[in-house]
Formats: sequence, structure tokens, C-alpha cells
Amino acid sequence: MRAYFTFFKIRFINGLQYRAAAYAGIATQFAWGFMTILMFRAFYKSSPENFPMTFEKLTTYIWLQQSFLALFMAWFFDNEIFDSISNGNVAYELCRPTGLYEMWFVRSLSSRVYRVVLRCAPILIVAAFLPLPYGISLPIDAATFLLFMLSMTLGSFLMVSINMTIYASTFYTMSPMGIRILFVSLAELFSGAIIPLPFLPDKVHRAFNLLPFASTQSTPFLIYNGYLSGESIRYALLLQIAWLFAFVLFGKLLFRNALKRVVVQGG
Amino acid sequence: MVGYIGPNGAGKSCTIKIMSGILNPDSGTCVINGRTPWKDRINHVREIGVVFGQRSQLWWDVPVIDSFELLKDIYKIDEKQYKQSFDELVSLLSLESIIKTPTRQLSLGQRMRCEVAASLLHNPKILFLDEPTIGLDAVSKIAVREFIKYINKDRKTTVILTTHDMQDIEALTKRIILIGKGKILLDGDLNALKKQYTKHKIITVEYSSGMPDIFDGLTVLENTNNRYVAALDTGCVSVSSAIAMLSESFDITDISVTSASVEEMVISMYREHNI
Repeated sequence: MRAYFTFFKIRFINGLQYRAAAYAGIATQFAWGFMTILMFRAFYKSSPENFPMTFEKLTTYIWLQQSFLALFMAWFFDNEIFDSISNGNVAYELCRPTGLYEMWFVRSLSSRVYRVVLRCAPILIVAAFLPLPYGISLPIDAATFLLFMLSMTLGSFLMVSINMTIYASTFYTMSPMGIRILFVSLAELFSGAIIPLPFLPDKVHRAFNLLPFASTQSTPFLIYNGYLSGESIRYALLLQIAWLFAFVLFGKLLFRNALKRVVVQGG
Repeated sequence: MVGYIGPNGAGKSCTIKIMSGILNPDSGTCVINGRTPWKDRINHVREIGVVFGQRSQLWWDVPVIDSFELLKDIYKIDEKQYKQSFDELVSLLSLESIIKTPTRQLSLGQRMRCEVAASLLHNPKILFLDEPTIGLDAVSKIAVREFIKYINKDRKTTVILTTHDMQDIEALTKRIILIGKGKILLDGDLNALKKQYTKHKIITVEYSSGMPDIFDGLTVLENTNNRYVAALDTGCVSVSSAIAMLSESFDITDISVTSASVEEMVISMYREHNI
């Protein structure tokens, strides 16, 4: 356990060096956030009653999305992991008295977390000072906030466990590109990264909600902005837990199977 | 200390990977310290150290010492033992000046010294070295060799070494195993083998014209640019009659007769076994 913690720490400290990348990221996220909000504002102006949530709730959703982007961006992978499989450096990782799945899980999680730590605060602070309805509003009560934190933790673990299955596939295919591109485009749509899921037609929304991707970012953000409440929060959290279990199990099976027939590339 | 040799692609590195629990073989058995490596990987790797000369286990972007600290926690080495092991390795491999440098800035020789140190921090019972001296300059090679020797003697670590560098073999190992085509071809004491094979003498002839005849007891190793090198089986043909025969086929400008070096011994072993 301690090994994983140290691993997380060294990865984390290592990541904090890249401050310029973080500034650039913050700027991008502001631009993106404003752009999305302005676009939705145009729609809301014509007929606000046609939308599933108020404009304040939507802007809150968007700012949360921008602040915590690094936790949930489906297109973010650790290239070193892909490389170590395709050039054979995985040999060294297998010489360690640790589980490969656990090690890479921690590694992927930590590289997401350090990015968020560097980026979320400035965005959240500025968004909090923006005049309503353009800024981020506070959650309804403390309980909602705690549920949001819980759900966000589950969601980011789920995101990493989904990534792990993509890493595992590289053991079989050697090049991750094909499956990555397919995965990323689907995940972006299904997770509500492009359009919040409630804005989709009702039936589509309900279908997407059952998919694992909705349990990554959509659920925590909708808990925070109050779109989900009471019974539906409990249901959404259970679904998150179920998907997390399913993906960890699936990923571990894939890893176990892959390691039985692992080929160390490059002699 | 065992030297494990064979031509490129013979399966040396593969064997190392099986013995270190990385690969699952299709069939066969392998028991190390009472365990089958691939069935009990995690417990097995606690007791071994591995260096792959062509790869790096150190973290590319962080100072070497951080990689060491990480290994300390991965192997759950306790503070006191780590300190002792660390100090010993640092002073023996003279790493003081490079330990705080990020791995990416190290030269190959510096890095390899750190790699060897990294694989010994947890004081393994067995050390697998897969071409540890590949690409190193003479000084670094000797430093690594001396160190391996010391570890073997002082810590009583079993060392299994694959290499193409015959000086490594000569300097380090007592026992060598030769493999090729998936079989163990030879397994024996280096000195005995050397004696057996230094029944061979190496005859080098520089000539201005002529073609060699083929005769028993003389194996051609090289014949280019008017330079002819052959191994002579002294049990079959005496040196003087070989020279006589050679001078008949060549117009000799220079000739030398030497005992086979380990390198040549290996070449003639490869030849003998047709690998």
C-alpha cells in the first residue's frame, strides 16, 4: 500500500514541475467555458422554457466541467504506459513485487489528480466571482456538496478503470491508436462532455445514463448543480459503484490474461 | 557466478525473463529458491534483482535518488537496511556526484552504474544481468565488473550474467553455460573449457598470393584481404607440420601462432556446434 502511495507522491511532485502547461490549460479552459456559455445563452434567449435546467445550473455545470476537466477527460492517456508495452519496458515493472494493474492504476490516477490540483482553484475562484447567472453557484446544502465529492471520487476512479482496459488492449493489439480514437469519440459523447446529458432527447438521455460514461462526469456535476436529488442521487451513486466494480474486475481479468501471454518486445 | 552465453537470438534474454518471472513459458519447469517464478511472481521478485542492459528502470525525469527512494518503498526495505545498502552502493560505484542528477542527463556509463545499484538496493539473493556492459567504455566496464565481483564475494549474491563481451566472461565467471538452438550445448568450468579449447592454437597468416588447402585439424576462422586465420587442433596436427603445409599453399609475408583467447574459444565452440 505504502509503495503505491509513494508512487503517487513521486508522480505527483514530478507533475507539479509542469506549471507552464498548467497556465496554458487554465487559459484554454476559460476560453472554452466562456464560449460554451455564450453559445447556450443564445439558445436560452430564444426560449428558456424548452431547457431541462435553468441557465444558472447550466453555467455551474460548465464551470465544474472546466475546472475538473483533467479528472474526466476521456482522451487523456499516459503515453509512457503505451510505450512500455510496445517497446518492452514493461519487463522492469514485472520485476517488482507489486501488481501491475494496481501500479498503473495509481499512476494514471495521480497524473490526473496533479493536473486538477494545479488547475481547478483559479478557475473555480474566478467563476465564483463572475456575476450570476454566468458564474458558478454554491451547492444547495452541505450534504449535496459531500455527495458531490463522493460521486466525483467514484467518477474519477471509474474513468481510470475504463482507461485501464484500453491500456490492457495494447497487450493484444500493439498499437493503441485505433481503439483509442474510437473510444475517445464515443466516450466524449456518452459522458456529457460535449453536451450535458439532460439536454439530449429524453429516451436517448435515459439510455445514455445507463452507460458507464455517464457515471464519470455527468453524475457528480448534476448532483452539485441540483439537477439530481433525493432518490435519483442514490440510484446514480449505486450505478457508479456497480460500473466501477465491473470495470476493475474486467480490467484485472484482461491484465491477468495478457500477462500470461506477454511478449517482451525488443529483446 | 554463472556466465550464460550463446549467439544473438539463442534465447539468453528469454531465459532471464523466464527466470525473473516476466514470461510464462509454454512448457517446462523452473524452480528458483523453491518457487516457480511465473506462478508466484510477486514473492519471487522480492528476492531477485534484474538489470537489462538495453532498458532503464530509473525514472527518466527525476533525480536518481528519487528512483531509489521509490524502490525502497516498493520493496519495503526498512530505513536502516536501506541506508546501509545505499551508502555501500554509492561509495562502491562512486555515485556521489551523480545521484542528484535526473536520469535523462546521465551518460550511458553513469546510468548503468546507477541501474546496477538500483537492482541491488533490496539486497537480492540472485542478480540477473542481461548484457550489463553493452555500450560502455573501457573504464565503466571495468568499474561495473569490479563491482559485480565484489557483490558476488561480499554479499554472496548469486550472479547470472549474459553477455557478448568475452572479457566480461573471462573477468567474472567461473562457470559458463553455452546455449544455441534451444539447447544447452555446454555447461562447465571456464578454465577447463579453456584448456580443452586451447588445445587449439590460432594461426594467423598474411600472404601475398595463394589459396589454402583444406586439411584435417585446421578450421578456417577468417580469410579476407590476404589474411588467413585458422584454429589448429594440436592433438591432430603439430604446429610445425601445419606451418609447413601452410607455407606450401601460401606465399607467406607474416605468420603468428597464439593460444586461443576466450573470444576465439567461443567462436570455435559456436562453430563446433553449428550455431
